[in-house]
Amino acid sequence: MTDGIWPALLGRFTWNALAFVRAWQNPTVNEIIGAGAAMMVVLGAASVITLITVTGKWGYLWREWLTSLDHKKIGVMYVVLAFVMLARALAEAVLMRMQQAAAVNAPGFVEPDHFAQLFSTHGSIMIFFMAMPFLTGIINYVTPLQIGARDVAFPLLNSISLWLTGGAAGLMMVSLVIGRFSTGGWTGYPPYTELAFSPDVGPDYWISAVTLGSIASTLSGLNFAVTIYKLRCPGMTLMRMPLFCWTTLCTSILMIFAMPPLTVATALLALDRYLGFHFFTNDLGGNMMNYANLFWLFGHPEVYILILPAFGAYSEVVSTFSSKELYGYTSLVLATMAIAVLSFTVWVHHFFAMGQSANLNAVFGIATMTIGVPTGVKIYDWIWTMFRGEVRFTVPMLYSLAFMMTFVLGGFTGILLAFPPLDYLVHNTLFLVAHFHNMLIPGLLYGMLAATHYWFPKAFGFRLNEKWGRIAFGCWVFGFYLAFMPLYVLGAGGAARRSQAFFEPAFRPWLYVAGVGALILLAALTALFVQLWVSIRERDANRVFAGDPWDGRGLEWSTSAPPPEYNYAVIPVVDGRDPFYDGKRDGDGYAVPAGYEDIAVPRNSMVGPATGILGAGLAFGLVWYIWWLAVLCLAGIVATVIARSFIRDVERIVPAADVARIEDRWHHAIAAARPISRHHETTPANQGLAEVTA
Amino acid sequence: MTAPQADPRREKRREIRTYAIGYALALALTGGAFAAVHWPRFPARTTLGLVFGLALVQMIVHLRCFLHVSLRRSSRDDLLLILFSTLIIILMVAGTIVIIANLHGRMM
Repeated sequence: MTDGIWPALLGRFTWNALAFVRAWQNPTVNEIIGAGAAMMVVLGAASVITLITVTGKWGYLWREWLTSLDHKKIGVMYVVLAFVMLARALAEAVLMRMQQAAAVNAPGFVEPDHFAQLFSTHGSIMIFFMAMPFLTGIINYVTPLQIGARDVAFPLLNSISLWLTGGAAGLMMVSLVIGRFSTGGWTGYPPYTELAFSPDVGPDYWISAVTLGSIASTLSGLNFAVTIYKLRCPGMTLMRMPLFCWTTLCTSILMIFAMPPLTVATALLALDRYLGFHFFTNDLGGNMMNYANLFWLFGHPEVYILILPAFGAYSEVVSTFSSKELYGYTSLVLATMAIAVLSFTVWVHHFFAMGQSANLNAVFGIATMTIGVPTGVKIYDWIWTMFRGEVRFTVPMLYSLAFMMTFVLGGFTGILLAFPPLDYLVHNTLFLVAHFHNMLIPGLLYGMLAATHYWFPKAFGFRLNEKWGRIAFGCWVFGFYLAFMPLYVLGAGGAARRSQAFFEPAFRPWLYVAGVGALILLAALTALFVQLWVSIRERDANRVFAGDPWDGRGLEWSTSAPPPEYNYAVIPVVDGRDPFYDGKRDGDGYAVPAGYEDIAVPRNSMVGPATGILGAGLAFGLVWYIWWLAVLCLAGIVATVIARSFIRDVERIVPAADVARIEDRWHHAIAAARPISRHHETTPANQGLAEVTA
Repeated sequence: MTAPQADPRREKRREIRTYAIGYALALALTGGAFAAVHWPRFPARTTLGLVFGLALVQMIVHLRCFLHVSLRRSSRDDLLLILFSTLIIILMVAGTIVIIANLHGRMM
């Protein structure tokens, strides 16, 4: 550092790194779009901070949410994070579709380098900072309630996971304002992402954000697996768990085994970039095939990490809104386990075209096709669950039905792609893009939205607006078909994915249709936000404090809505698969216990926020070569962990008298509530008490 | 939680005996591996296999005697998890080796 103080202080940061400065110096449409996005991040952050300051809510936010170790609040924060990131990544998707529609034999308005950043951030965010937080949040909220536990096994670790994910997501946002993002796609394949070809900060942002996120997910997986193994209430054997818990368990196991290969792959790439190693370089013995291998050792199980929780949510929703026991419970459990194991045997199908022998491809192609079998079993089980049930077409049920049809279509194209010879023809085309969106939008997004609509009343005590829910649903489904069916045609016609411009005029109409579809998807997200707004405004008319708006089956419905912080005043004892449903029929669904005891709940901790912020600072320092910041933050993390180990008083006691007061209030509400039949469950008559019929 | 609890003293003695057996076995197996290398009786390849085999047996001894994972009902969950983990790791490691070796073969 002989050339002055600034490089030592600011690393490789220059004023040119700021999106605003770039737009000022070179005011093209392309740069102005970049600056506009940066402006949205800055203004968004500033307005949130101002709003909190003006309303004086910092203390409340810090005490009740940010430092909370309550699994319910952590779950809600995860879902909020997912929606924020969804908004950004969806906006990017719309921008890309507009660019492609405008760029048939024309330059369009987004330059190639910027376009490459767009698809890289879109993919990375949708997988790591939309899908993963969304499902982690839902699991966090629901699983402990369903197994009759008071919290997850490691509440502090839970908070640390949340904050590491949040820090990484923040890093993605910062990359919009300061510097630029990777242009290497969400997979970040070397050697392109090596220093020789991408010397800028982009891939470093990608490496840091993904590494933080993957560590957080590994920790979450461990947490959930231990929770399910150790904290089930008495009587809750594994084969009595609700199916959502089974999918949680399988997802957690997949996280434990699948996230480390990703962490290793990104860490090795970081070693290449920072310390001159040659794991994946072109020269000196590097082998980029091993990157593809490691990445997809993570990447394929990841697909099932994303889809299994949605399968669990559909199982709950279909069973509840058909008022029937889940058909083929055992086969669903076996299918879930089979998928979990098979997901580790197929990863080569992501790089069929990379140079291995035809025999090897054939083995993995056949393995890939077998995954269709357990998935098919599940679809039939859900259909049989609905058969002759009292089916109500509520919003979650609509999502489930749309999922079943759309997902099967996507599955068929997956079977096509599983043939290596066919894959050679359409790999790296929009056909593939259409296929995986066809799996993940129904298989993840619809599932998580169904779960949100289904469990929202439990979490917040009032139902979501039905009308806006249906509008959003219509837009998500209609928009999906318009946006992605044309991509099958385009891909089969040879349109390469990740293309900034096209030169084939025949593509134009299909690109227009896909563009319209993308706009409808944007409208769908807007409708969801409107729905939330309307629901909050009308919340007093739609309260379901008694806690059981849908005639629920599992334990989670046997508490008030929202549940008290300790979940269960008395740990329940179960003797069947639908304990609460059967309990209501036997007349002891709402038994008042003889007395209450003191309950210990985890005390708030600022270790989570500290770790997340310091982790993001460490990553930021590494990205910009600001070594003092990196060292400082790393030392801060170590110091935080050491300081935490000295804190002995980690639990807070809720006195028995308080428990009695909270529970009495709820029992009075149940006594006052009017039971409603299933025909009225979407009307304000629904106070959260179900009419029990035979 | 499991079978009718024996009195704690007997329980403790039994536990110490398990640890002692485990320690002795681990010592013998480790010693055996070193001995096989130090006083070579077989060709190198066989010795290597022998050391690997002894290591595998050692792992089982550790699980059984130190981590109390047995075929009993109470530790069935743990056993299943360990077997599952083993399966996944074998799949990942073996798959990686096959893929890289395959590419290597085609590059030659």
